[in-house]
Amino acid sequence: MAELSVPTIESFTVTLIVRRFDPENDTEPKWEDFDVEMYGTDRVLDALHKIKWEQDGSLTFRRSCAHGVCGSDAMRINGRNRLACKTLIKDLDISKPIYVEPIKGLPVEKDLIVDMTPFYKAYLEINPFLVATDKPKKERLQSPEERARYDDTTKCILCAACTSSCPVFWTDGQYFGPAAIVNAHRFIFDSRDENAELRLDILNDKEGVWRCRTTFNCTEACPRGIEVTKAIAEVKQAILRGRA
Amino acid sequence: MAEKVAVDDNITYHSFDVLIVGAGGAGMRAAIEAGTDLNVGVVSKLFPTRSHTGAAQGGMAAALANVEEDNWEWHTFDTVKGGDYLVDQDAAEILAKESVQAVIDLENMGLPFNRTPDGKIDQRRFGGHTRDHGKAPVRRSCYAADRTGHMILQTLYQNCVKMGINFFNEFYVLDLVMNDGKPAGVVAYELATGDIHVFQAKSIIFATGGFGKIYKTTSNAHTLTGDGVAIAFRRGIPLEDMEFYQFHPTGLAGLGILLSEAARGEGGILRNSAGERFMERYAPTIKDLAPRDMVARAMANEVREGRGGGPNKDYVFLDLTHLEPAVIDAKLPDITEFARTYLGVEPYTEQIPVFPTAHYAMGGIPTNIKAEVLSDNDTVIPGLYAAGECACVSVHGANRLGTNSLLDINVFGKRAGQYSVEYAKTATQVPMPENAAADVIAMIDKVRKAKGKEKIAQLRKELQETMDKNAQVFRTEETLNEALEKVQELRKRYENISIQDQGKRFNTDLLEAIELGFLLDLAEVTVIACRERRESRGAHLREDYTERDDKNFMVHSMVYKQEKIEKNTGTNMRIGWKPVVVTNYQPMERKY
Repeated sequence: MAELSVPTIESFTVTLIVRRFDPENDTEPKWEDFDVEMYGTDRVLDALHKIKWEQDGSLTFRRSCAHGVCGSDAMRINGRNRLACKTLIKDLDISKPIYVEPIKGLPVEKDLIVDMTPFYKAYLEINPFLVATDKPKKERLQSPEERARYDDTTKCILCAACTSSCPVFWTDGQYFGPAAIVNAHRFIFDSRDENAELRLDILNDKEGVWRCRTTFNCTEACPRGIEVTKAIAEVKQAILRGRA
Repeated sequence: MAEKVAVDDNITYHSFDVLIVGAGGAGMRAAIEAGTDLNVGVVSKLFPTRSHTGAAQGGMAAALANVEEDNWEWHTFDTVKGGDYLVDQDAAEILAKESVQAVIDLENMGLPFNRTPDGKIDQRRFGGHTRDHGKAPVRRSCYAADRTGHMILQTLYQNCVKMGINFFNEFYVLDLVMNDGKPAGVVAYELATGDIHVFQAKSIIFATGGFGKIYKTTSNAHTLTGDGVAIAFRRGIPLEDMEFYQFHPTGLAGLGILLSEAARGEGGILRNSAGERFMERYAPTIKDLAPRDMVARAMANEVREGRGGGPNKDYVFLDLTHLEPAVIDAKLPDITEFARTYLGVEPYTEQIPVFPTAHYAMGGIPTNIKAEVLSDNDTVIPGLYAAGECACVSVHGANRLGTNSLLDINVFGKRAGQYSVEYAKTATQVPMPENAAADVIAMIDKVRKAKGKEKIAQLRKELQETMDKNAQVFRTEETLNEALEKVQELRKRYENISIQDQGKRFNTDLLEAIELGFLLDLAEVTVIACRERRESRGAHLREDYTERDDKNFMVHSMVYKQEKIEKNTGTNMRIGWKPVVVTNYQPMERKY
């Protein structure tokens, strides 16, 4: 059997340049540099923690699970939306500084924390819950094929990486945005749901799916690998031709 | 239903019939049950879908018998035996009997379970779940790929949205207000503003999750600092069975990130550096699907005896290479991605380095089968409830079976909702004492203004390291005393801290300091309970007392906070013991 090992990489120093904003003292955001010693298996979240715990306790960001399932720590890392806990330092170009800033298109509250209210509001507007009027005594039946039809969009963790990477959302905060459409898709194509027409109606609005310019930023940004642009396209098709 | 709000002296006062602390699986399941009838508020330190229920992977046990013969009695037996006979059997019966409806509830709410070819909920194998009292593994786990917890959390939140449940997100509950021994409400700190809120309610449900952050290597989220459990303890509620902490066998080596037991349920095999399937030696009948305590111990033993892999020989391997890539993709997509992302290992062709990771507290706030909190072995505190990982009912005894925790949050979350409503309908509100928030305000002020030299992160690191070293899979009187001494030293140093962030808005620096206070309390209780249980049972292995001792220790531990130093523990904690409820199953030797 081949000898297996966790890759042991020497420690190295990286520079993080972090966008800071203290609402109680600053009028404008500013960039601040930090040098930190890191290891190969460390993530950007580890670097932020190292700064907070050893250099500047006021550095502020959201985080919880630290392995890409809770969706707390979406941020812009070297200009790309990613989860800090899923981005390994060694996968970035460490010969250059790593730029870290809040996701775009949502108001900055403090450092890397944004106000998620507009994002959640769009999610709530698409009726993100199953509507079924029957009262079964056991489970409703659903074939593996019917289940597979909406599998991809059940993976959403509401991190906002997609919506805040969308150029349309940046310029028009009223646009529902990819995440809300992904969550609508999850129910529109669920064979048990009876409310597809309402959701399609909501998304046929001028701020709905037709604003999508298929730039694929959302698909590239999704840390769960959801084919977001494809899901939006399927919702557009369903509005035109009914759900298939 | 509108809530009542009043603002006085910069404190906001809220009033509800039922108030739930925590918006994970147990809290939201309770909210759905209570919210149809009464005015319900949910206070959570996180946005609800960020809760750690979402990290649960493998499934939820229920004897649906959709794919093979099964029944609730077999499930009860497995739960009792899995818990090394420390399970309260009346509670285990409820868990197993109500499991089927709990799964149906979730499906009806919209949960996208994996399906059988005929459209029913599919089921798979999991550790310790067997056919006919241990004859062979049984397919009992209802699942949605390897993201069952994610689907449960999303589905429960979706249904709370549908019902219009009132959430207070990113509010940290820091105190439970008692008046003459009865709960009046809770005090919370609003992260965004630094404001203080007092929530008054007739029924209060704690569903605050676990406290894995007392350990260094853990599958738990950074936010799992046991706030609710520590708050209850500080207010005089005992903590039950704190020595029983589960180490999940398959954490990613060095990182602790969880790889679901479903990997073994789907056929994955644990191997040592010689490539040997070592579980054949430890559990000849069900091998890799033995309960977690046995597998974790076997792995630690392989490493200790020099059969570990890697440069430091400090882990073993999870082998999935014999599984079809299509099966891996369909049933284990997330965990295989974790291996790729964090260790750069390709599970189709390479074995994954794994080692046990601190995962789940079997112990916690003592409750009865109505989810009512107890102030001693049997006295109910009217109007106070607890459910989920923060509670100890006890359905998990000395060792929880995989898939029984997602079940626990649904069954006992629902019960907490039902019984809290029943109580709130006739109860009168316990009056809120004057200056109810004074203790919290004083605590925050003290931390904010502290000018000491100690750094929070350093103290937390030392705490986690001593717990990993001295109170992990293997324990002795000596290591536990060392841990206790260290925790007590850290408590002293905690009096000499300072924080840097002096702001009011989003002050996570301040909250990390307060959370460390909770962790220190819980670590101390854990170590005391570990030391006083001088036997080995389930997840608790004492190398100086290697046998299970039913004559002296077939009892739950209960640790009480005292004003004075107690002789028998040398701390301000007193240990008591509570009988185990036995209905049908007398303790037997635990073999698999």
